[in-house]
Amino acid sequence: MSKLFSSFILIIASAFSACAGDPVNTAPGDIKLPAGFKAIVVADKLGNARHIVVNSNGDVYVKLERLKDGKGIIRLRDTNGDGVADEKFAFGNFGGTGIAIKNGYLYASSDDNVYRYKFNDKNEIENPDKPEIIITGLVNKRQHSSKSIALDNNGFIYVNIGAPSNSCQEADRTAGSKGQMPCPILETAGGIWQFRADKLNQSYAEGVRYATGLRNVVGLDWNTSVNELFVMQHGRDQLSQLYPDNYSNEQNAEVPAEEFFIVKKGMDFGWPYCYYDPIQKKKLLAPEYGGDGKTEGLCGTKEKPLYAFPAHWAPNALLFYTGNQFAAKYKNGAFIAFHGSWNRAPLEQAGFNVVFLPMKDGKPAGDYEIFADNFVGGKENLSPSKAKHRPCGLAMGTDGSMYISDDQGGTVWKIIYTGEK
Amino acid sequence: MKIFAASALLICGAYLIQAFMPAQQQYDVKAAMARGKKVYDKICIVCHQPDGSGVPRMNPPLIKTKITLGPKQKLVQILVKGFNEEVEINGEYYSNPMPAQPQLTNQEIADVLTYVRRSFGNKASYVTVAEVKAIRAKLK
Ligand code: HEC
Repeated sequence: MSKLFSSFILIIASAFSACAGDPVNTAPGDIKLPAGFKAIVVADKLGNARHIVVNSNGDVYVKLERLKDGKGIIRLRDTNGDGVADEKFAFGNFGGTGIAIKNGYLYASSDDNVYRYKFNDKNEIENPDKPEIIITGLVNKRQHSSKSIALDNNGFIYVNIGAPSNSCQEADRTAGSKGQMPCPILETAGGIWQFRADKLNQSYAEGVRYATGLRNVVGLDWNTSVNELFVMQHGRDQLSQLYPDNYSNEQNAEVPAEEFFIVKKGMDFGWPYCYYDPIQKKKLLAPEYGGDGKTEGLCGTKEKPLYAFPAHWAPNALLFYTGNQFAAKYKNGAFIAFHGSWNRAPLEQAGFNVVFLPMKDGKPAGDYEIFADNFVGGKENLSPSKAKHRPCGLAMGTDGSMYISDDQGGTVWKIIYTGEK
Repeated sequence: MKIFAASALLICGAYLIQAFMPAQQQYDVKAAMARGKKVYDKICIVCHQPDGSGVPRMNPPLIKTKITLGPKQKLVQILVKGFNEEVEINGEYYSNPMPAQPQLTNQEIADVLTYVRRSFGNKASYVTVAEVKAIRAKLK
């Protein structure tokens, strides 16, 4: 009886939404959103859609990690206003992650360089085959090599240079291998570098190490409400596997936190010497440097997170919502796209979602809530390769819609709010 | 020609050893699989995942890849020496390094390779301690 009743409700509900002439197409994935929000599939099967950005005319630019048909950037254009892309244009001969728009230029990164393309007065890329090289020769040793970018309003561009290492051991990810002291990687990686946004062919010599002690950052954003850079760090891996005497697999699944930071010039966030334990709420000494899961050591002097997110979820995008379409509570708050874990094994993986953290005056103003979910597509999963989608990029359109990209299924969603404010 | 004869000899030799060593004939694959799973769950599972499917573009799958099913020489070398090269594995590249596992005994290497080659849908031949020992002796 109850089954009959619920299918009756379902039929009524779908009939109702059909009557309302709802244009929403949520075919691949059917991601879950809070009441009042809707997801439109802008495009799918694009390839490894990493970061995304929306131009003032509504064009969505998608950076691909790997070339698809020889191209690394896709422009999606919706010509009839239904949210679905009906024109695609691919260009750029480099794979990578970072993409941004500032002062009439599209910036995009490979794992070695940052390029830019000029927009003409019709808002088209003037010369899709000939970008200018802005920054060149950045450390790329395969691990943590993606270069995420953000621009401020003073002519600077910020580039994450991830450490090609888990915790700066003499032999990376090897049981029993000591941490190097001081860690030599920090000279050219493991931090945020600042460059001029308008100067060609800059290398390390022209850049400034803006902040250090960040293992790897993929999600970062310039917060215009307080005029500062914010980042999400990917915390270290493999505590229980490398140090089974000090950490159980259950502990490893919850420690260390993925840390949310405000980044000011000269700050040191502690990698590789320290990690943040969200249960003890402390920065602790890494076992490679003599830590045992309790000792703080030199970590008391390192910057603390503004907020600690669950371990290993892999934050790949950060977006401060400045639009007016969503309800007031979202204004200036942070959306974070989590790629989903692999390091919780042998425990079940987690993450694979987009969360919202309310913010006020550049500080968290409450706890996070899961905003978009069900990217995995069904039951929780044992391995990330089985997820249908992995959230990776976030962007806001001029009308206040939010876009989410996925580097597994290659889907881009447009999220709109149709509920009450 | 000389090389050919020599390698033919080697192959025959290996064959003969396989055929005449009683230990080989009674190789208990089931026990080796059980021991191999223990090694896998302790060391390999975090990167290659419980179902051997790996992590996209980070750690490769061990499901029917050329290397997993291929020559044992390469497999033993990967475990003893590690593996960190920009190589294509089934059409994709993987960014993490594979750390060397020199602490593993010949027995553990034979067991874990046997486990990997006969799990996750793989059906390759098992690996014996004698094979690991012979290959390892030649690795500098
Ligand atoms: C820290 C993560 C990590 C651990 C732990 C690890 N591997 Fe790997 N493994 C990798 C990576 C990354 C590669 C590919 C390296 C490359 O492309 O240069 C790889 C490659 C391989 C390959 C060959 C590639 C293929 O898929 O065909 C085999 C076989 C393999 N690993 C087996 C093992 C076994 C068995 C263990 C446990 C004893 C193990 N690995 C532990 C990360 C790891």
